[in-house]
Amino acid sequence: MRAAKYMCRRIAAGVVLMLGVSVLSFNLSSLVPGNYFDEMRLNPQVSPQTLAQLRLDYGVDETLPHRYLHWFRNALTGDFGFSFAYNMPVSSLIWQRLSNTLLLAGTATALVWIVGVPVGIFSARFRWANRISSLGSAALLSVPELAVILLLVAFFVRMGTMPLGGIVEGNGNAAGWSRIGATGLHLLIPVLALTIAGLPIVLQHTSTAMKEVLEATFIQAARGHGISPARLLLRHALPAAANPLISLFGLSLAALIGTSLLAEVVTGWPGLGPLFVQSIFARDFYVVIAIVMLSSLFLIAGNLVGDLLLFAADPRIRRTNS
Amino acid sequence: MKRSQIAVIMFCLLHGAILCAGFFAPYAPDQQNRAFPFAPPTPIHWRDQAGRIHLRPFVYGIRANSDNENYSESRNVAYPVRFFVSVKEERASQSGLHLFSAQEPGHLFLFGTDEFGRDLFSRILYGGRISIAAGLLAMLIALALGTVLGSIAGMAGGVVDSAIMRLAELGLALSWFYLLLAIRAFLPLRTPPLETFFLVAAVLGFTGWARPARLVRGVLLSAKERGFVMTARGFGAGPIYLFRRHLLPQVLPVLWTQAVILIPQFIMAEVALSFLGLGAVEPLASWGNLLAELQSYRVITSYWWMFTPVVVLVLVSFSYFLLLNSLQKRVHSVAL
Repeated sequence: MRAAKYMCRRIAAGVVLMLGVSVLSFNLSSLVPGNYFDEMRLNPQVSPQTLAQLRLDYGVDETLPHRYLHWFRNALTGDFGFSFAYNMPVSSLIWQRLSNTLLLAGTATALVWIVGVPVGIFSARFRWANRISSLGSAALLSVPELAVILLLVAFFVRMGTMPLGGIVEGNGNAAGWSRIGATGLHLLIPVLALTIAGLPIVLQHTSTAMKEVLEATFIQAARGHGISPARLLLRHALPAAANPLISLFGLSLAALIGTSLLAEVVTGWPGLGPLFVQSIFARDFYVVIAIVMLSSLFLIAGNLVGDLLLFAADPRIRRTNS
Repeated sequence: MKRSQIAVIMFCLLHGAILCAGFFAPYAPDQQNRAFPFAPPTPIHWRDQAGRIHLRPFVYGIRANSDNENYSESRNVAYPVRFFVSVKEERASQSGLHLFSAQEPGHLFLFGTDEFGRDLFSRILYGGRISIAAGLLAMLIALALGTVLGSIAGMAGGVVDSAIMRLAELGLALSWFYLLLAIRAFLPLRTPPLETFFLVAAVLGFTGWARPARLVRGVLLSAKERGFVMTARGFGAGPIYLFRRHLLPQVLPVLWTQAVILIPQFIMAEVALSFLGLGAVEPLASWGNLLAELQSYRVITSYWWMFTPVVVLVLVSFSYFLLLNSLQKRVHSVAL
């Protein structure tokens, strides 16, 4: 009951936030000088009549509140306007791109957590592992993400064995297993880059949280009772250290769309990132607004999921929140 | 102790070289040598063809091979490398003292050249100015905003406090890079270079104020309860005096560490923006648009020296990392 009430409040706050984001981005977009059709005016092959008709069709010259209301009414039904540059509805344009981005970022995030947590636990338990992992994560933390991506790309391009750019070979006619295999190969470089960039953060958080717990008296008591080391680590220490990790997991879910942008642009992965940058340059506003809305939606949802997980995992929070 | 010394020395060397780019760079960042596109780093010799060793290093002239792809040295003329050269040129900005340069008409490209024959070494130094200045300016904006808002929240409490903190939570929750791009998306695309620079710095600063604000507020809340502060208030100290004399000194260590965390973060953000073509634009050099040239297949496969900006970027980032480590240790020991 309490959980339901809490969730309702959070969802309401999220909806208000999304409304705010949409109003803000619409207002900002009207402040910008120029729109998509201004560039077209310079093209001698487009007649003034065509241009006027296009402006009328797309409703560029309507007043801002009018345009916003129109967009809002359509957005409720899942129609986020029309892309000028791609000449197709924004929603169908974004859907494909979103799934590509989620494939990339989801794989990388999963890999980061699958590798990071065990290694973090390990390094909290053994001193030698701690030395290696803290040295390694310090080295990785001090190399900027963009540098990691560029160096990886350069390395694989020089090797000449890895495909780069796009998502499948050729025109994408392959189907079945060969398609999955090609996608996997194309995924390798961006996923590797994102994993290298994201790993040290998870590793350090896990290791710090575990170290703190391992020094607690109840762990010493458990050890004194003769509980096996593995059971001690996984059954007694890990749940006690889980809270900061769960919050971090929520944050990494929230950042799912944002983190892979640079990697996508550099490796030519056809996700939301390159589309976003292109749309900024082309003044393709409905696409920009839709992507901004989508990323805020993920941020809100990710944080909400993180909090709910925390709610489920820790009885103390359940009690204090009531 | 030793590690922190290395950090400080590396930090000072890098920043000194970048600050005094006019002195250390042999060429202007936009000076083109159309005869030498993508020339590799010029080899510096100490030993001539007769086998004699010279005290003063020298370079040979370079010329393009017939295939227009590779360069070779023409060994018949040697140009000595001069140090502390005073150059007088038509443009005031690039005349003055240079640390080193090859005697005219020889060329000394320490890190090679880009596609317009511009000296990469000079461009890295001048580009560093833009990137680091953007990072510094953005840090100042973010810290100023964060300190002011955090202090107001911490001192006032109540509705003001919770309003500011909700705003900060929003700022923290949003992925700052997307926020940055989103704000940038709705600002004019093509502006004069200098205006773009300030725009980028301001956008960076406005996205980064939330964390310092929260930290400042937290420190203030605990600082307000400390004995000597309560005593001062008991003696009738006003809030402004109290803040300036007793509370601000307790906030300062937090601000220092935040500054060292934020500067490299903002430098990288500027680099990323310029890399995408949304930050500093040609002919202005910034580390971001130096890296942007690495998006071309030909550059990646054929011209290894174009990767030197990446190496410099890693070094800068590493020096900030070391500095942060030693600073944190120091702040920690002071606090204890």
